Amino acid sequence: MTLDVLYFAWLRERIGQPRERIETEAATVRELVAELAAMDDWHAAAFADMATVRCAVDQKLVSLDSPLAGAREVAFFPPMTGG
Amino acid sequence: MSARVQTEPFDLAAELQGFGTGSGAVVTFTGLVRDDSGQMQGLEIEHYPGMTEAALEDYGSEAARRFGLDGWLVIHRHGPLKVGEPIMMVATAARHRKSAFEAAEFLMDWLKSRAPFWKREIGPDGTGDWVAAKDSDEDALTRW
Repeated sequence: MTLDVLYFAWLRERIGQPRERIETEAATVRELVAELAAMDDWHAAAFADMATVRCAVDQKLVSLDSPLAGAREVAFFPPMTGG
Repeated sequence: MSARVQTEPFDLAAELQGFGTGSGAVVTFTGLVRDDSGQMQGLEIEHYPGMTEAALEDYGSEAARRFGLDGWLVIHRHGPLKVGEPIMMVATAARHRKSAFEAAEFLMDWLKSRAPFWKREIGPDGTGDWVAAKDSDEDALTRW
């Protein structure tokens, strides 16, 4: 499946781009993270500490074990800090 | 009954025109950019367009349901903001003050811990670090 993967705040800065289109067969968010982290040093650095990464699938907050079936957009970002 | 994310300043008085008419109580909260270090120029606020608005609508609808609100309004700014500038506002309208106060606190707690906003503190040289989330923000949700 084709996924739009979005990054915010320091994840965006570490990876060096706000979004990318990924072709993947990952079944869960956790599997997608493993694929992304293996791409290059920048992705590896962004996903080095998953305790500091939150995820949304199609704009809903989800856990790492959430399934990706039918998903179109996955976003990764640090814990939210509000205004 | 609305949520807005915008770069422009907001006018509290104008926003409250007609808000809560017919209710017994209106509570408003305004958050200002605060400088804890004494060396901050301001903040840079990033958000997730689309998801942020939807999340705020969800929290507002939930507050309305739980506290029986007659109305609610959330405005949150993004982009660069100077110290002292208003950054966000919440308004709630209910028949009684207790519901209006509680709903405003409920909205603020959700906003601080679950709404997709991130902030960076801009120091004297124009650069700065992303602010880490506080465990206390997440803990604040447990009371609801």
